[in-house]
Amino acid sequence: MTTVVPGSDRSKPMISLKGVSKTFGRNIRAVIDIDLDVAEGEVVVIVGPSGSGKSTVLRCINLLEVPTAGTVMVDGFDMTSSDTNLDQVRAEVGMVFQQFNLFPHLKAIENITLAQRKVRNRSQEEATDVAMRQLTRVGIPEKADSYPRQLSGGQQQRVAIARSLAMDPKVMLFDEPTSALDPEMVKEVLDVMLGLAHDGMTMVVVTHEMGFAKAAADRLVFIDEGEIVEVGPPEEVFAHPTQERTQAFFNKILH
Amino acid sequence: MSEFRSTPDGRITDERPWWDVFPWWSLIIVTLLAWMGWQIIDSPDYRLAWERIIPGLALTLQSTVYAFGISLFIALLAGTGQMSRNVVIRNLARTYVEFVRGIPMLPLIFTVALIVVPELTELLNARLTKWFDWEFKLSFQMRATVTLAVIYGAYMAEIFRGGIQSIPPGQSEAGRSLGLSRRQTMKSVVLPQAMRAIIPPMGNDFIAILKDTSLLSVLGALEITQRARQFSASTFKFREGYFVSAFIYLVLTLSLSVLLGVLERRMTRDREGER
Repeated sequence: MTTVVPGSDRSKPMISLKGVSKTFGRNIRAVIDIDLDVAEGEVVVIVGPSGSGKSTVLRCINLLEVPTAGTVMVDGFDMTSSDTNLDQVRAEVGMVFQQFNLFPHLKAIENITLAQRKVRNRSQEEATDVAMRQLTRVGIPEKADSYPRQLSGGQQQRVAIARSLAMDPKVMLFDEPTSALDPEMVKEVLDVMLGLAHDGMTMVVVTHEMGFAKAAADRLVFIDEGEIVEVGPPEEVFAHPTQERTQAFFNKILH
Repeated sequence: MSEFRSTPDGRITDERPWWDVFPWWSLIIVTLLAWMGWQIIDSPDYRLAWERIIPGLALTLQSTVYAFGISLFIALLAGTGQMSRNVVIRNLARTYVEFVRGIPMLPLIFTVALIVVPELTELLNARLTKWFDWEFKLSFQMRATVTLAVIYGAYMAEIFRGGIQSIPPGQSEAGRSLGLSRRQTMKSVVLPQAMRAIIPPMGNDFIAILKDTSLLSVLGALEITQRARQFSASTFKFREGYFVSAFIYLVLTLSLSVLLGVLERRMTRDREGER
């Protein structure tokens, strides 16, 4: 094990990808040689055409996808080292999925307390306390006893966010959190995410919501065909993209 | 020709009249069963058959419950074993399932009861008698029950595996991303959901085991079928003997089916409105 004390070194990035590549099967190269550092408290938004590999990059951060090459450091831990206890680091990295992935057999509150009790070893009362606090934070404390199927998409996604937040993560990853939502529910989820960003949460967000990128991102990363094409402050990348591919992409989505 | 029914005034409709929807089959079966029941009460021959065969019910039910219990245990091991990361465990489990599923039940019962069990117990008893002065014996009935369990263990292992694999990968991903271990994710996230897909076919297999305990008769176990055979052979009343045994099996399996249907309906009602 490395002797790095997690979080002790402010100059060290919270997330650091070095030369990360992911090849599926023999020759489908989803991600090619990505370098990306995310500082503590930074909000990085990843955009790009569908199939560009942006979700794969995100999933490489908490090793839901094991990179074929390169190193992934999170909070000082080398995620690709066999010495690292993955479960332990994953508890510090919240993840929100496009399809919410709430546990359908559990009530909202139980969705949020499960990992607290099993991983953080919190008592039932403490876990429930934390869960209620997070449900209040995402604006639906009254839905604690509802099953996921009884909630709208937007509510489900907010429960999913609360479930991650209840673990007191150091980083939150968002994988197209609003893409599966009906249009009228996008805002309620984005508002929660904006609140998180303002509270100083370290966030990496894959999204098509350019409004959110403008409002919350410290840096915008444009990925195409598995490679980082352009990185910069969002207003700059939006206004003056230096790469042709970035321009072409924005031309298609910004009318 | 329209794919829909037409009403007297020439309109098409997708509504079906009551006589089209009514489950006539259940009426037919209930009538048949009632007739059989009446025969048993009314006719001395049928009553005699009933009196000679019904004592086998206990053995049939007992073998069913034992075989189901043991096969449930085997199935859990073999089903999860097939998904193990350990290459040895995975392949052993797969070998067992493929091997057993590929052999008909009757020869398998003979093989296990007449070859595997005697040789294993002989091996075991060589030690047991030397050390403990005690011998391990398995009755033919138990041998056959164990064989049934071994067979259905393989079938039910596939149900377990299918049930677990029917849960979308996003569920385990969500569990793992929260820091739950593989085992915790399996236990708290995947298995509880998989049970919904597992319980109905498990119930069907329970009924199938009940019917297949009739195979124990080939080893002389005095269950319903064996008693029907003995009765028929000794009295030449084949019709009475086999009708009564069919009657008993039907009453058992049909009432179990109804119970299972209720259970399934309750489970699907829980899922209403689920995405």
